[in-house]
Amino acid sequence: MRIDLSQKVILPLLGAACVLTIWSIVSVTVAPDLPSPGRTWRESQRYVLEPFFKDGEMNQGIGRLASYSLVRVGKGFALALAIGTPIGFLLGLSRRFHQSFDPIVQFMRPISPLAWLPLGLVIFQKSEPAAIFTIALCAMWPTVINTAVGVRSINPDYLNVGRVLKLSRFRTLTGIVIPATLPYVFTGYRLSLGLAWLVIVAAEMLTGTPGVGGFLWQEYNSLVYSHIILSVITIGAIGFVLDRLMGLVEARVRLN
Amino acid sequence: MAYLEVRDLKKCYRTRSGPTAVLGGVDLTLEEGEFVAVVGYSGSGKTTLAGLIAPDRGEILLDGVPVTGPGPERGIVFQQYSLLPWLSVRGNVALAVDAVNPGMLASERRRITDEFIALVNLTPAAWKRPRELSGGMRQRVAVARGLAMRPKLLLMDEPFSALDALTRATLQDELLRIWAERRSTMMLITNDVDEAILLADRIYPMTPGPDAVLGPAIEVGLPRPRRRRHMSLEPAYQKARQALVEFLRAARTTR
Repeated sequence: MRIDLSQKVILPLLGAACVLTIWSIVSVTVAPDLPSPGRTWRESQRYVLEPFFKDGEMNQGIGRLASYSLVRVGKGFALALAIGTPIGFLLGLSRRFHQSFDPIVQFMRPISPLAWLPLGLVIFQKSEPAAIFTIALCAMWPTVINTAVGVRSINPDYLNVGRVLKLSRFRTLTGIVIPATLPYVFTGYRLSLGLAWLVIVAAEMLTGTPGVGGFLWQEYNSLVYSHIILSVITIGAIGFVLDRLMGLVEARVRLN
Repeated sequence: MAYLEVRDLKKCYRTRSGPTAVLGGVDLTLEEGEFVAVVGYSGSGKTTLAGLIAPDRGEILLDGVPVTGPGPERGIVFQQYSLLPWLSVRGNVALAVDAVNPGMLASERRRITDEFIALVNLTPAAWKRPRELSGGMRQRVAVARGLAMRPKLLLMDEPFSALDALTRATLQDELLRIWAERRSTMMLITNDVDEAILLADRIYPMTPGPDAVLGPAIEVGLPRPRRRRHMSLEPAYQKARQALVEFLRAARTTR
C-alpha cells in the first residue's frame, strides 16, 4: 500500500516539481520574456477560477474556450470515424479495393494539417467547415489502417467456424468479422482522437476561430505570454483526459 | 452402401519443391451410429483427413451425397476449440443452432441450444465467455456446438490432445456417455492408441505421410458400456492394442 502510494502519487509529483523548477530557472536566466510559474498563475487566475465567463469573442474563460474546441473536435472526429471505419473494412476485406486505394492512403497519410486547411478554406469558403474538414482528413488514417490490419489478422479459426456453418456473407460480416476486428478498430479510434486534438490547435490558430488554439494565437499577438502557457497546459490536460477516456473504452472492448 | 464412403481419397498440397501428396489414396467406411477412430503419428495427414473436403482424386459420399466443400452436415471439433471469444457459451452454441435451422421457431432453437449445453454439463456456465473457462470446459462447448448442429457425422480432430491427462480422461468418459445416449455417428482422429480403443468400435491405423494411407480396420471387441478401470486387463483390449501398435511400428520402419 505504501509502495503503491509513493509510486502513483509521490513520484509523478516529484516529476512535475522538477519541470516547474526548470521552467522557473529558464524564466529568470535565458528567457526573461517567459513568464515564471507564479506570474503565469497570477495572470491566468480568472480564466481558470471562472472558467465560463465571457467578456468578448476572444476574451472568455478557459473552460468556455475549451468547450468550443471540444465541440469542433467532436464533429471532426465523428466525421473521421464515419468515413474511416468503412474504408478500413473495405481495405481489409477486398484485395481489389486494397490494390486500388492503399497507395492513395499511404500517400495522403503524411500530409500535414497545415497543408489541408487552406484547401478546406478554398472548398468551403468558411473557417468552421474548413477546420472540421481538416480534422477529419488528418485524424481518419489511424482508424483506416488499424481497421484494415484488424480485418486481415482475424484468427482463421473464427472464419472456419463461419465456413462450416455456411453463414451468409452478411452474417459472417456482422457475426464474425466485425466483432473480431473491434479491438483493433477501437485502438484506431483512440489514435484518431489524439490526432484530432493535435490538429484542432493548428486549425484554430490559422483560422482565428474562438477556441483554445485561437486564444493561444491571439494572446501571442497581444503579447500576453502567460496566457500562451495557460493554453498549452489546457491543451495538454484535455488531450491527456481524452486519451484516458478512450483507453477505458478500448479496454472494455478488448475484454470481450 | 455404407453411410460414409471414402474411396481412394487423395489430397495434395503445393509446396516450394512441387506438389506433395499428403493423402495417397485413403479408403474408409462408416456405418450410421458407429464410432470410428483413425490413429496415426503426428504430421501424417490426419488433420487433412479431418477436413473431409474437396478431394483432388477419389470421392467422399455421405449418406449417398457427394461431399465437395465444408458444410454443417459434418460437424467438426478442432483441437484448438475455435470458440468465438466475444460470445458466451450459449452464444457459441446458439450460433450453430441458428445457422443450421433457419426456418425453425426461436423457442424451439432455444430449447435445442439448452439441451446440448446440458448434455455437456455446462448449464451453470452458460453465460460465461470462453476466456473464463478451463481448457476442458472450452472443449465441451466445442463438442456441444458440433453436436447441436445435429450433423450426419461428427468429426473430431485430436479433440483432447491440448488437455492435461486428468481432464482428458474425464472428457473421454463424457464422450462415451454422450455417444451411448445419442448414438451419433462419430469419427475421432487421434494419436492416442488407448483413447481410440476406449471409445471406438473400429480403428483405422494411418501410415506416416507423405502419401499416407489407412491400414485394414481393427475391430475393438470390448463390450459396451465400457469402463476405463479394468479395460487394460481384457484380452480384447490387448488384442486390439497389439494389432494397432504392430501396424504403426511396421509402417514406420518401412519408410
